[in-house]
Amino acid sequence: MDKREEILRISGVDVRKCMRCGKCSGTCPNYDEMEYHPHQFVYMVETGNIEPLMNSKSIYKCLSCFACADRCPRGVEPAKVVEAVRLAVIRQKGQNHLKASQVPDVLDEDIPQQAFVSAFRKYSK
Amino acid sequence: MHRIGVFVCHCGTNIAGTVDVKAVAEALGKEPGVVSSVEYQYMCSEAGQTLIKDAIKNLKLTGVVICSCSPRMHETTFRRTAAAAGINPYMVEIANIREQCSWIHKDKATATEKAIILGRTAIAKVTLNTPLTSMESPVTKRALVIGGGIAGIQTALDIAEAGFEVDIVEKNSTIGGKMTQIDKTFPTLDCAACILTPKMVDCAQNEKINIYSYSEVESVSGFVGNFTAKIKKKARYVDAAKCTGCGVCTEKCPMKNVPNEFNLGMNNRRAIYIPFAQAVPKVATIDADYCNMLKKGKCGVCAKVCTAGAIDYKQQDEYVEREYGAIVAATGYNPISLENYDEFAYSQSKDVITSLEFERLTNAAGPTSGQLLRPSDGQHPHTIVFVQCVGSRDTSGCGKPYCSKICCMYTAKHAMLTRDKYPDTDVYVFYIDVRTPGKNFDEFYRRAVEEYGVHYIKGMVGKVSPRADGKLMVQASDLIANEQLHIEADLVVLAAAIEPDKSARSVATMLTASMDTNDFFTEAHPKLRPVESPTAGVFLSGVCQGPKDIPETVAQASACAAKVIGLLAKDKLTCNPCVAHSNENLCNGCSACEKVCPYGAITYSDKEFRMPDRTVAIRRVALVNPAVCQGCGACTVACPSGAMDLFGFSNKQIMAEVDAICK
Repeated sequence: MDKREEILRISGVDVRKCMRCGKCSGTCPNYDEMEYHPHQFVYMVETGNIEPLMNSKSIYKCLSCFACADRCPRGVEPAKVVEAVRLAVIRQKGQNHLKASQVPDVLDEDIPQQAFVSAFRKYSK
Repeated sequence: MHRIGVFVCHCGTNIAGTVDVKAVAEALGKEPGVVSSVEYQYMCSEAGQTLIKDAIKNLKLTGVVICSCSPRMHETTFRRTAAAAGINPYMVEIANIREQCSWIHKDKATATEKAIILGRTAIAKVTLNTPLTSMESPVTKRALVIGGGIAGIQTALDIAEAGFEVDIVEKNSTIGGKMTQIDKTFPTLDCAACILTPKMVDCAQNEKINIYSYSEVESVSGFVGNFTAKIKKKARYVDAAKCTGCGVCTEKCPMKNVPNEFNLGMNNRRAIYIPFAQAVPKVATIDADYCNMLKKGKCGVCAKVCTAGAIDYKQQDEYVEREYGAIVAATGYNPISLENYDEFAYSQSKDVITSLEFERLTNAAGPTSGQLLRPSDGQHPHTIVFVQCVGSRDTSGCGKPYCSKICCMYTAKHAMLTRDKYPDTDVYVFYIDVRTPGKNFDEFYRRAVEEYGVHYIKGMVGKVSPRADGKLMVQASDLIANEQLHIEADLVVLAAAIEPDKSARSVATMLTASMDTNDFFTEAHPKLRPVESPTAGVFLSGVCQGPKDIPETVAQASACAAKVIGLLAKDKLTCNPCVAHSNENLCNGCSACEKVCPYGAITYSDKEFRMPDRTVAIRRVALVNPAVCQGCGACTVACPSGAMDLFGFSNKQIMAEVDAICK
């Protein structure tokens, strides 16, 4: 299956509903850490430009706080798109980026608790 | 013996592209009673109509079947054609082979077969048609306008100008509506009060206009040209005839802490109040929820200070019943509640305000006498952030799916005026799209950017966090720079979506006027009949039909008045002759029809009947008032004895149609 289709299927998101208001990126608490921002995920998936997203660390930087999904006025849910790209990478490689047991070693004190919890969720799949 | 002519229309390729029109004409030509069956490219064209007229005259046709578009489109056209050729217009039947056939089918053979069946059905019906004559009903030459904002005012003034009486019913204590709360108007920046209040005074002084302020319409009955409305004049505990509007009572009343709705609760008024200096009518009103005299029987200060003796604590709601020929809905709008948008901290900080509140803060008659001061501490704000589309274009369920249309322009106005009056202020506007279709609108917005240095940023605010020191931390995206911005603001202004006034739904129910899913009134046709409701005699003015700015509202209000005048100028209206009638010999007086009639057209009377044994029996039978009946047919279905029938759509005709379809 085509990567774009795969991500749309995994996420269940209709990226065409996006009206490019940028509220997702305005709302994102981890914006500065991300190379690609929530609105870019939606736009790049819509245009089929998936490779850069799959190769970016942004998919692991997303806190999965779902603030973008909660506040999107069009009900697009960008967080689900980010998660879908991440899952596509995991499925493609057949393995995780990190083992769950490795997670505590790479954490520093400044990282939000939410990211810590979400890291376990992401890496223990 | 019937002599029926069948005319099959191609409608260009609209019908002929999917239906074999030649085959249809040929097949229908073989039906019993049909003496001629032809097809033509455009039946509704002048040449097409001439074809029909000539056939009627030359072949002495008694009935006509047109296989064409929906009867909604051209039934009237073809009835006129038939009448011009000398036969009764109700001897024409339309078989809808466009909307119900060619447009919904792809396969030509299927579509052709169905077109033949529809044509055969119309032939079966027309053979049972009887000539009908339209009755006439009188027109009451008075209009009712529900809502006294700029839309209602303009409609009333224009109707009065044409010489007809108009009543305005306004639920608030003054007319003027939202425009009274606005400071300046785009794109020319005239002061709203300066252009509105003369019109309000015109309404008050016009002999033809009668204002029912602090009143509501309770119920409406009747039909186009003959409505009866019951109006409730709410008790204001002040005799409007005696009150001079001097305002002494509003200064002496000891109840000082009543939130002032005119200033959106940003300051207080007394329990007895006049909303603003230019109110029309300028009559005080006692707020029964706060008045000590009305609540506890103690106080009476206003009565003591009133030299005119106008205070009347015993006043009761009064009801007036009046007749009208036309009714105009002009119920207006309100900004939505922002409870679903807590990310903007509207409920957490006094310094997060709506745009309408901003209008009051910049208005000379407002709570700060026109000085732009922060509501929390009364200091001048130095950084102001405007957020557009708060609740507009929102399909997530929190807001409204439509564009509120007026926000882009009033935000540009607010930003520009702020920079003009306070050049030391930084002004940011966050936008998704700037929509400025209108005369001199885009130029106005560009001036805000180019001449006044307003920072327009493409992106949306994600979050507003009030800080302990009183600053508002605004987190937003700048999509063009691909950055996230963090702005320390002193004031945040939210362009809240607008929605129809809550009273609109009950008004629509009373008028049997239809609404869309957003509670805007539906127009009879979105392009060609924009100021009429599908309900005859009900007209639409202003935002109750859809979001509009002031110029558009005034234009629509005048258009609405033109339609009302067109109706009131007639002495008589032609009624639809396809109305119900009751066969007295079959009627058993059960009242089933009366219960289902939505128009109150059915009454009962006791009639004498000669019985076969030469005795006389008195029986209760139904009577239909043909002027009130709208021909909906509900009674014919409800009637258990088959006494009720509809002219033009008799039970026999409908059975014949069903038989023809099933043949």
